[in-house]
Amino acid sequence: MSSPKQMPPEYYQQLEEIQMVDFAIVELNLYLDTHPDDYEAIKQFNSLTYESRKLKKNFEKQFGPLMHFGRSYSQYPWQWDDQPWPWQV
Amino acid sequence: MWYYEKKLQYPVKVRQCNPRLAKYLIEQYGGADGELSAALRYLNQRYTIPGKVIGLLNDIGTEEFAHLEMIATMIYKLTKDATPEQLEEAGIAPHYVNHEKSLFYHNSAGNPWTAAYIQSKGDPIADIYEDIAAEEKARATYQWIINLSDDPDLNDSLRFLREREIVHSQRFREAAQLLIEERDKKIIF
Amino acid sequence: MSNTYTKYYYPYISPFDPCKPIIRKSYPTPPQMYLGFQPPNLPQFEIKEALYRGTLWPALYSKYDKKDYRGEYDE
Repeated sequence: MSSPKQMPPEYYQQLEEIQMVDFAIVELNLYLDTHPDDYEAIKQFNSLTYESRKLKKNFEKQFGPLMHFGRSYSQYPWQWDDQPWPWQV
Repeated sequence: MWYYEKKLQYPVKVRQCNPRLAKYLIEQYGGADGELSAALRYLNQRYTIPGKVIGLLNDIGTEEFAHLEMIATMIYKLTKDATPEQLEEAGIAPHYVNHEKSLFYHNSAGNPWTAAYIQSKGDPIADIYEDIAAEEKARATYQWIINLSDDPDLNDSLRFLREREIVHSQRFREAAQLLIEERDKKIIF
Repeated sequence: MSNTYTKYYYPYISPFDPCKPIIRKSYPTPPQMYLGFQPPNLPQFEIKEALYRGTLWPALYSKYDKKDYRGEYDE
């Protein structure tokens, strides 16, 4: 298989945006695991989760699926195998 | 079950081709206080701990796999295009003769990962205190690697991982608190 | 809260120590030693900044500058 073309700057930009939102979600998730009654934190968690879904939908339309096993859609041909993998980018 | 997401938790960049750093980083891959130990320790302990802290062990254990992947990415990038001579110069020849450039779960001294690195006592307090200690030891290991590394981009990612140990330690300290509270009593702020 | 996040100590220096002595040794004592059970509604970093800080909360952020811990900048 020949080397795939390099990813454009938008790939890195959008990926970073997803990483930012998803990071805040992880932080709030761990916080809520020990603070299950913090209503404001749950609201923020839900609103960031909504935002993350939006960003990923847009990202996947351009760069292919972020997840496997039915958590993302694929175009033809099967896109999941496409490089780069995270350790290669 | 688990799902894989095709992204790193934090962008990993490496500025210099310095395979010697891979030799140090492997400590956090297959070492006693590394990310593999952390993930397996927490995910294993979660089966026999009170419900109010299962979620935390589950979620921190899961995050540790994302950190394992970041460490793997650093090692992969540092060694990918290095020649056997460069690897020898970096002190990685013993790894190379056994594994070529493939990663392996051993520490920076070459000792293979062992389940003896982790513990599960079934006593909730003993387990959570082990976890707090594990986070502090991992934090210390990141400090010593940062002290040895001159790569500013790599150090940026290592600082992120060090900070994560701090947050995890904080959450485990809170979990210890929850475990000693009267059942269902709310924490008063 | 006014905690310091670095502590210092002064090991005994022998006239027969082979290396140049590090007079003052230091070690970090990051914020999780002091925060207690995290109170709700603590100030947060911007979502963009939080990723690069490694935490959402300034109260848990710990700067690590290796210069402070290698014994190079002693008095």
